[in-house]
Amino acid sequence: MSDHDYTPKSKAGKWFNDRLPLLTLGAHLTDYPTPKNLNYWWTFGGILTFCLLTQIITGIVLAMHYVAHADLAFASVEHIMRDVNYGWLIRYIHSNGASMFFLAVYIHIFRSLFYGSYKSPREVIWIIGLLIYLLMMAAAFMGYVLPWGQMSFWGATVITNLFSAIPLVGESITTWLWGAYSVDNPTLNRFFSLHYLIPFLILGLVVLHIWALHVPGNNNPVGIDIKKPSKDTVPFHPYITIKDTFALLMFMIVFAGFVFFSPNVLGHSDNYIPANPLVTPAHIVPEWYLLPFYAILRSVPDKLGGVILMFGAIFILFVLPWLDTSKVRSAVFRPIYRQFYWIFVLDVLMLGYMGAMPAEGIYLVLARVGTIYYFAHFIIVMPVVGLLEKTDPIPMSISEPVLTGGADPALARKDNEKI
Amino acid sequence: MSKEEKKVNRRDFLFTASYTIGAVGLGAVVWPLVHQMNPDKAQQALATTEVDVSQVEPGNSITVLWRGKPVFLKRRTQEEIAEARAVSMSDLPDPQKDEDRVKDGKDEWLVMLGVCTHLGCVPLKDKGDYNGWFCPCHGSHYDVSGRIRKGPAPTNMEVPKYEFVDNNTIKIG
Repeated sequence: MSDHDYTPKSKAGKWFNDRLPLLTLGAHLTDYPTPKNLNYWWTFGGILTFCLLTQIITGIVLAMHYVAHADLAFASVEHIMRDVNYGWLIRYIHSNGASMFFLAVYIHIFRSLFYGSYKSPREVIWIIGLLIYLLMMAAAFMGYVLPWGQMSFWGATVITNLFSAIPLVGESITTWLWGAYSVDNPTLNRFFSLHYLIPFLILGLVVLHIWALHVPGNNNPVGIDIKKPSKDTVPFHPYITIKDTFALLMFMIVFAGFVFFSPNVLGHSDNYIPANPLVTPAHIVPEWYLLPFYAILRSVPDKLGGVILMFGAIFILFVLPWLDTSKVRSAVFRPIYRQFYWIFVLDVLMLGYMGAMPAEGIYLVLARVGTIYYFAHFIIVMPVVGLLEKTDPIPMSISEPVLTGGADPALARKDNEKI
Repeated sequence: MSKEEKKVNRRDFLFTASYTIGAVGLGAVVWPLVHQMNPDKAQQALATTEVDVSQVEPGNSITVLWRGKPVFLKRRTQEEIAEARAVSMSDLPDPQKDEDRVKDGKDEWLVMLGVCTHLGCVPLKDKGDYNGWFCPCHGSHYDVSGRIRKGPAPTNMEVPKYEFVDNNTIKIG
């Protein structure tokens, strides 16, 4: 994977590197040629790595004090909050860290959608990223169950019951997931086990994600292929490391703001009531990061249909690289797609809002419109706009727009030329 | 490739046999790992619950826990029974006669799992458009017989296996 020959200076380093080329890997990561025009939307990869490590470290600590038993879990979380030294801090970092993780991942995904980072030759990076996103949702869901409050219990009930919509085997699958005839102690126990496992699976996929990224190299705001290394690139260190660090510090300010000033604003007060299998809370809503999918689920007046559309809303992203027919990557040069992109962003935000509202009246109507548009964006807009759109001229290189202050039409490629 | 090599020979037989044995062995190892997640013997042992219903007045209901799930035991008034039986089958998404949801001669007792058949929430009693139950999670309406009338739930609330031990005691399970 090295782009160059590397020989350690010291004798010991050479001895070791001949046996395990870790130093070559380090040199590759340091020198890795990066497009020089990356903007701050590109700093979220580093931020996400920070989020994952934060969750793993705080999670390991919480597991030292938490008890995964239906009779003790709720009390043990309160014990962490009140008795354990700095337990409140570690738990609030972990619970708000989940929200920060999703905030960062959504920005990361929408950056990819805008600049066409999912397109050839980066489809595998995109798909691995989606697998990470799926595992993140599974981890977040199971983690939310662990405090064994009312929202934990009923969230677990509703989500596991999604599988009962599967014809014929649905009931057996839900019972198998529960290990009981309802959400109960065996369910809590296995969710704890899996909640501890999943972050390490994510970590493995992150390594693959970065590996796959380092094969073609980063996409960039202009979306054109660049020669590496060249005038268009800078070494990862120190140029990108310092930029990533600055962005991370800004992100940590927001993170700390939640942890220290409003640690419960993203949660639900119902989860401070111990789980009660006899009473469902009046308003049962998932965490904010799952609300758009929840709105899609509720907008369909049919159990199986709702479940299929909800999972379909995620799985359609896997074929996105093949639904987008445009040869131009970056939306900067796609005047029509750019507008649809922002409509799509608004559509997802609206669906999120509808997911938080009761499923009735105007909310239900808007949720249905939003659901139809969500799928239309991928199935109709992306293929059709890609074929019909007249794209703007694309610069020959990154240096050109940066150094001349705009694309010179004489140097620009025609939009129908191969990029 | 010569002609002899294309024929099925002893080596092909050995390959197929090895893969088959390997697959059977793998299955034999995987099955315990999968089946351990199914309800264990302790869970299965909680299979029956006896309920004393002597204190329940007509029109009222009680809720008990059976296998971790709420069970509604409702003692219905004559008007409620009449209302349930007057419903036309064509109005029901999951057609089922009220008579088939109760025990013969015990018409006033409706015993069913208090679990919405949509995604498992507990419906609220005396709510909704049909004088029965209403699920707050996703808006399913059930009638006085616990049958689904409106909303995303696909089927009527489930009637578990139960019997009258005597006039005042119901055994669920």
